[in-house]
Amino acid sequence: MKDIILKAENISKQYRLGQVGTGTMAHDLNRWWHQIRGKENPYLKIGDINDRSTKGESDYVWALQDINFEVERGEILGIIGKNGAGKSTLLKILSRVTAPTTGSIKFGGRVASLLEVGTGFNGEMTGRENIYLNGAILGMTKKEITSKIDEIIEFSGCERYIDTPVKRYSSGMYVRLAFAVAAFLEPEILIVDEVLAVGDAEFQKKAIGKMQDISQYGGRTVLFVSHNMAAIKQLCTKTIIMENGMIVFEGKTDDGIDYYLQSNQYEGYIGHYVNEAIQESGIVSLALVDNNNVIRTEFGFDETVVIKIKIKVSEKHLNAHLGFRVVDRNERVIFTSEIKFAEKNVNNGINDFEVQLPTKFLAPNAFRLTFGLHIPNQELIDYLEECLSFEIVETGSEFYMYNGNDYGCVFVHCNWVLR
Amino acid sequence: MNQPEQTNTTWLFEITPKNKFFSLNLKEVWQYRDLLLLFVKRDVVTVYKQTVLGPLWYLIQPLFTSITFTIIFNNVAGINTGTVPPFLFNLAGITVWNYFTACLNGTSNTFGANAGIFGKVYFPRIIVPLSIVVSNLLKFGIQFFIFICFYGYYYFQGAAIGMNVTTLFFPLLIVMMGVLGLGLGMFISSLVTKYRDFSNLIGFGVQLLMYLSAVMYPMALIKEKLPTYGWLVEYNPLAYVIETTRYMLLDVGQISLYGLGYTFLVTIVVFLVGVLIFNRTEKSFIDTV
Repeated sequence: MKDIILKAENISKQYRLGQVGTGTMAHDLNRWWHQIRGKENPYLKIGDINDRSTKGESDYVWALQDINFEVERGEILGIIGKNGAGKSTLLKILSRVTAPTTGSIKFGGRVASLLEVGTGFNGEMTGRENIYLNGAILGMTKKEITSKIDEIIEFSGCERYIDTPVKRYSSGMYVRLAFAVAAFLEPEILIVDEVLAVGDAEFQKKAIGKMQDISQYGGRTVLFVSHNMAAIKQLCTKTIIMENGMIVFEGKTDDGIDYYLQSNQYEGYIGHYVNEAIQESGIVSLALVDNNNVIRTEFGFDETVVIKIKIKVSEKHLNAHLGFRVVDRNERVIFTSEIKFAEKNVNNGINDFEVQLPTKFLAPNAFRLTFGLHIPNQELIDYLEECLSFEIVETGSEFYMYNGNDYGCVFVHCNWVLR
Repeated sequence: MNQPEQTNTTWLFEITPKNKFFSLNLKEVWQYRDLLLLFVKRDVVTVYKQTVLGPLWYLIQPLFTSITFTIIFNNVAGINTGTVPPFLFNLAGITVWNYFTACLNGTSNTFGANAGIFGKVYFPRIIVPLSIVVSNLLKFGIQFFIFICFYGYYYFQGAAIGMNVTTLFFPLLIVMMGVLGLGLGMFISSLVTKYRDFSNLIGFGVQLLMYLSAVMYPMALIKEKLPTYGWLVEYNPLAYVIETTRYMLLDVGQISLYGLGYTFLVTIVVFLVGVLIFNRTEKSFIDTV
C-alpha cells in the first residue's frame, strides 16, 4: 500500500512582472470587480511560460504550471532544475510561505522548512537563545527544545561559543548551529533547500548523514532541492526535474540525473567537429557520444565517454600516428593517447575509430581535446587544437565531499595493503 | 484514484488559493504560544542592547514629553487641568497614549519588518503582532510604575487626586487600547505590503491623532472652546479611553458609559476587520512586499 504523505494537485503560480504602481491598482480594482460579480479572475487566462531569457508578451508570468506529484512517507525526494526553473517557488508554496494561484496541496503531517538556514536568528542573542527562538519559529515547543538542547549543541560543534551572541560567529558556525536546530526537528515532512552549499566537507558529510537518518530511521519525508548532483544522488530515492515551471521528469534518481545532464547540455562546449573538405589525409569528423550514441558534452562522473573519429588516409600516410591530448580547465595536460596506423591495419581511404575513455577516471572538471595526425619528426598532416570540449559532472564520485578542493585530475586506484 | 486505499489517508491540512472569509485559527496560535513568548523576550532583551541607559529609556521618553507638554500647554497656553497637577494629568494621558502608538507602530510594520522570516518559514503570522502588543504591555508596565511613583509623590503633597471604584476596571481599559492598536496596526500593515503610501500616512497621522485624542486637555474643554469642531474629538474612540483613564486614576473629568460602549464597539469592529484583511494578506504578501 502506498502511504502518501504529500499530494500536490495542479499547482500553478502566477507572478506579475514589473513594478507596483498605478497600473497595478487598476488591475487590482478590475480583479476585485470581477470577484464581486462572481466572475473568474481575468488575469488568470493570460501569462507566459517562465523563460527568463526571452522577451514575453504579457506582464504576467507562470512561475509554476500544473505541478502534480506525490511523496510517500519516508521518501527523500530530490528536486533539480536550472536557475529560475521554479524550484524555490515550489518550495515556498510547499512550506506555506505563499499560496498557489490555483491548485491544492494536501499534507498528511507536520511540515518544517529549511529554505535558508538561520531564519530568524537574532545577532544580538546568544547561540543558546537563538536555538530556542529558531526552534520555536520552526514549530517546536519550548519543552521539546529543552529536551534536545544538549544534542543540538553537540551536533553543531559550537559548544564553546554557545553563550556568545551569534553576530560574533563565523558564517560556518552560523550555518552549523542553524542546521543543527533544524536537524532535531521532528516534523513528518522536512523541506531543505541548498543548505549544503555552505559549511566545510566534514559538516556536509554530517548533514547528509543526518538527513539519511531522519528518513530511514525516523520514517520522515524529506524534500531536498540542490544543485549538488552528488548530494542528490547519495540521498534521494526519487527525483523531480523542473524546467520553465513545469515538471519534465519524475522517477528514479539515477535516471533523473542522466536526464538532467542530457537535457541541460551547456552550449559552450563543443561536442562534434566536421571537415568534409579533406583532400588527401586528415580528420574528417569527430564526435563525443555517450553509451546510446548521442552526442553530448556533459557527462556524469561514472558515465562512459566515447570519441568517434572518422579519418581519411591516403597511401603515403599509412605509417602515420593519430593521437589526442586532454587538457583540463586549469591548462593542465592530463594525458595523451596515440595509435600507430601500421599496427592497426588502417586502410587507404575512410576509417572509423571509437575511443572509449576509461570510466570513473577523469575527476570532475572541464576538458578540451586536441587531435593530431602526424608522422613523427617528419610531417604534421592534420592538427586540430582544442576542437572538442566537454565536462565531467560530479555525480557522486568517491571524493565528492572534497568538491572545490584540488585532489588531482584523475582517480587512481592504488593497491593499499595493510601489513 | 485507481488505488482505493489511498483515499483512506487523512490529510492533516490542505493549502488552497481560496480564502475562507474569516479565519482566526486560535488552536494553532495556542500551539505556537512558546514562539509568542520567545518573540516577546527577544523584543525586550534586544531593544536596548549596546545602550548605556538600557531600560531607562522607557522612562525618559514619557517624562520629558510630559514636562514639555506641561510647559507648553499648561504654563504657556494655559490649559486648565482643574485640581489635578498638570504634570500628572499629562503623564497619565501620555502613558496610555504611548501604549496605543507603540502597538500601532509596531504592528503596522509587521510584514515589512519580518519579510525575511515570513519568506522562509510558516507559522501563524498573527503571532508577530500579538507579541508586539504583549511586549509593549511590559513597557507600559514600567511606564505605569513611574506614573504610580509620581502619583504617590503628589498624593502625599496633598494634591486633590484619588481613586474610585472604577479604577478596578483600568486593566480592561488597557486591554481595549491594546486591541484597538493591534486591529488598526494589522489593517495598516496589510495595506502597506502593496502600497507603501500608507507607511507615510501613519507617520504623521498618529501625531495628528494625538491632538484629537484629549491627551493634553480634558474632553470637556474642547467642547467648550471649539464647539464647531469638538465633535471630531467626540467621535474619536481613543479620546474616551484617555478621558476614562484620568477618571479612573485621578478622579477627574467624566466617565461616559455611552462613550465607552461606542469605543468598545469600534474596537471590536476594527479588530475583526484587521484580522480579516491580515488573513487575506498573509497568504501571498511575500509576492508583493
